[in-house]
Amino acid sequence: MHDTNTRPFSISRVAIYATLIVAMLVYLIPVVVMLLNSFKTTGDIRAGNLLALPTTWTLEGWSKAWSSACTGVQCEGVHGFFWNSFRMTVPAVLISTILGSFNGYVLSKWSFRGSNLFFSLLLFGCFIPFQVIILPMAFTLGKLGLANTLTGLVLVHVIYGVAFTTLFFRNYYVSVPDALIKAARLDGAGFFTIFFRILIPLSTPIFMVCLIWQFTQIWNDFLFGVVFASGHGQPITVAINNLVNTSTGVKEYNVDMAAAMIAALPTLLVYIVAGKYFIRGLTAGSVKG
Amino acid sequence: MTTHSSFLPSYDFAGFEQYIKLMHNDRWLVASTNLGIFGGLFILICLAIGIVLAIFLDQRIRQEGFIRTVYLYPMALSMIVTGVVWKWLLNPSLGLEKLMHDWGWTSFSFDWLVNSQMVVYTLVIAAVWQASGFVMALFLAGLRGIDPAIISAARVDGAGLPTIYLRIVLPALRPVYFSAVMVLAHIAIKSFDLVTAMTAGGPGYASDLPALFMYSTTFTRGQMGLGAASAMLMLGAVLALLVPYLYSELREKRHA
Repeated sequence: MHDTNTRPFSISRVAIYATLIVAMLVYLIPVVVMLLNSFKTTGDIRAGNLLALPTTWTLEGWSKAWSSACTGVQCEGVHGFFWNSFRMTVPAVLISTILGSFNGYVLSKWSFRGSNLFFSLLLFGCFIPFQVIILPMAFTLGKLGLANTLTGLVLVHVIYGVAFTTLFFRNYYVSVPDALIKAARLDGAGFFTIFFRILIPLSTPIFMVCLIWQFTQIWNDFLFGVVFASGHGQPITVAINNLVNTSTGVKEYNVDMAAAMIAALPTLLVYIVAGKYFIRGLTAGSVKG
Repeated sequence: MTTHSSFLPSYDFAGFEQYIKLMHNDRWLVASTNLGIFGGLFILICLAIGIVLAIFLDQRIRQEGFIRTVYLYPMALSMIVTGVVWKWLLNPSLGLEKLMHDWGWTSFSFDWLVNSQMVVYTLVIAAVWQASGFVMALFLAGLRGIDPAIISAARVDGAGLPTIYLRIVLPALRPVYFSAVMVLAHIAIKSFDLVTAMTAGGPGYASDLPALFMYSTTFTRGQMGLGAASAMLMLGAVLALLVPYLYSELREKRHA
């Protein structure tokens, strides 16, 4: 709905704009501070205040964070963990999205006895606190011989990602008219033909939502990473936490800030490039049960 | 199941022993009280900020798309990154307090991060910063879904804008409150990354939360039975929220 009050300079308009701008600053300042301080020298950080521009701009913090900062016992920077996160995120996102689109297709267009129950149980996977499944999952991964492996981590992310991706695709495919499917079946199209020739070509927006949602979730995950990976196999979120909370020697805050920026860049980039889909995923995924 | 502080599980059935132990565990009591404070404030403040920003943004604002993008970007950051930044901003010798001192306000003091009475509120600040934009987006979508004809009718009847919002628009958004509270409560109960990065439960265990309790009991101290019991209680809390929510969702659909 809209306010029909269109007088351009009323006091309430000014107050509204002022509030909105202050709120914008509050949301922006933490990341601006992080960015500014990542380009300072450690001396500069101690001497000046956090909102000051760097007296000398330097990439020292960034290069140290990338290649030589200590994350716990090893001091090789975060680059290895950054690539771990990619090697974990990319397959997990792709597999869970593909499985989700397939599940969504079956649940919406080929409902079977108990398919609603099946769907409800799957929804449970979206809401369950992951702390509950950590122990059983650790035993399962151990039995499968996947404990502390990247494959194991991908598997866990796929399992819990499928709940969300199925929800996305099912709700999207429900709105595709059944008449379309019936007509295709009369023309002799089978289960797979309908999926690949009719539904997939209609699915670009929901694929975008799903890929972005899953990418953000899996890249930002900490709990699974800290429990199911160890040493060199850890994802970047775990490495950042180790780096920041390592208490040996003098704290180099520029390195901390640069490392945090490195961890945040991929998801920020996705958000900036495809924010529209990100927002749609947030509202669709977490609202509709 | 019980354990004797070893990583090897023993599968003797122990009844409710672990739950009773948990209820007498001081750290667990602190953690659950903290969750009450943290969760309650987090949800209320997010709702307040989200609703105000959504209503303001819905007043034909120039550059609305850009402003919305800014409000929502923290949601793309991980809780770990959020925790790292806020830990730094609220650190008395580096962040806000130092800034105020540098600007000449030398009596300014903000030591919540290292004050065991106040530390849980720092978690609220960081979490609200991260999630309030999302609540704004939910409510904005809700506002856009309201039939403008209802508003026009109220105007014809002589209602002012504040009255229209308080009496007509906000009550009409009931399903949005429901979803927002669900999602936020869920975020609060799962909060593990944020507290790990920001305070690691400290000072002492003053800022512990159930999710962190579960992790450190199980993996750092090897008390698997106690950890499992705490995880089940977390599940109970989520179900207590989820079941009524799903029930009302399904009922609405049936009546629709």
